[in-house]
Amino acid sequence: MATPLFTALLRLADDHLILGHRLSEWCGHAPMLEEDLALPNIALDLIGQARALYTYAGEVEGAGRDEDALAYGRHERGYVNALICETENGDFARTMYRQCVFAVFMGRFWEAAVTSSDPTLAAIAAKARKETAYHIRHSAEWVIRMGDGTDESTRRMRDAATYLAPYIGELFEADTVTDALSADGIWPDPPALQSGWIADMTPILDQALLPMPDLGFAHTGGRQGVHTEGMGYLLAELHYMQRAYPGLTW
Amino acid sequence: MVTDLTEARAWSAAASVLDPEVPALTVAELGILRSVSVEGDTATARLTPTYSGCPAVLAIELAVEAALREAGFDARIERVLSPAWTTDWITEDGREKLRAYGIAPPVKASGKAALFSEPTVACPRCGSSATTRVSEFGATACQAQYRCTACAEPFDYFKCL
Repeated sequence: MATPLFTALLRLADDHLILGHRLSEWCGHAPMLEEDLALPNIALDLIGQARALYTYAGEVEGAGRDEDALAYGRHERGYVNALICETENGDFARTMYRQCVFAVFMGRFWEAAVTSSDPTLAAIAAKARKETAYHIRHSAEWVIRMGDGTDESTRRMRDAATYLAPYIGELFEADTVTDALSADGIWPDPPALQSGWIADMTPILDQALLPMPDLGFAHTGGRQGVHTEGMGYLLAELHYMQRAYPGLTW
Repeated sequence: MVTDLTEARAWSAAASVLDPEVPALTVAELGILRSVSVEGDTATARLTPTYSGCPAVLAIELAVEAALREAGFDARIERVLSPAWTTDWITEDGREKLRAYGIAPPVKASGKAALFSEPTVACPRCGSSATTRVSEFGATACQAQYRCTACAEPFDYFKCL
């Protein structure tokens, strides 16, 4: 039986691995050279944060699984990321809106996790918080620039906001796992992060001339391993090397 | 018996390793070599990553391990996460070397304000403060791209963390 801490770490690690993988798909395809560098750089940060979380999850589990075993050695139903992290990239506007939503959420999450009673989580948070500050700034600038841009960019950013709105609420979902941990001061209580998220998003969305998304309805299931269609294709690529050459290292 | 001299020798062996991505700096000047201790024949070097996802971490750890072996120690590497690395740990020498190498050193005093406000970055070539940010992200995780409007040179800025 997985402990709440292991499950929570795995969820957070999966969020970062899967979104990092999605961002890496932009490598070589971004609309300009600077973004071709920026998106894989952010992906690298996210995958680096995932590595630290997987390694710690493996230690907590105590079953001998390391970061690679956890990242590559599970089937689709074993991944417990929030659905927003696996949504297909769509166009650049959708990728940037998704990034902004997630980075602002993580900004609040890491800030709260810095004072976790779990010293390892607090250490990971102290490091990740600073990296996330750059992700917020980068994505927020694009949301503003495109939201308050040309007719074309505005249309795309509005479409992105509409498409992604029902995927945001899942980030603030609580269950017995998070309840147990937040009661002990180990894990930030997800619903408690919502007001901070709204406060941080408000000036961004105001400048981008975009409405605050309605968080009332949320697609859920990611935390139970129930995914969208795109997840299988993502994992097919992510897993390819380890499936073809099990245990491969370099 | 471990003497201060032995520990100093282990430190200078480890400290001489260059960062593979910014080869102008040693790991000591970069501030990622946190400590070196010697027990018996074993030297333990504690290193902290700059960024969580820095791809050079493993290469640096292997290079430090090799440098300690070369100096005659059994080498052990420990990766420490806390306290989190900050660009404030780059030494004064290191900052000067960065500038000479063509990379603008990070603005001092990290923290939320420094992360979010737009820093004034001086051009490492001509020294002018008339510079503009081209992109928040550059050739490595720790750099941003800037351009000097005075001498028209593009340059990398070692961004504040």
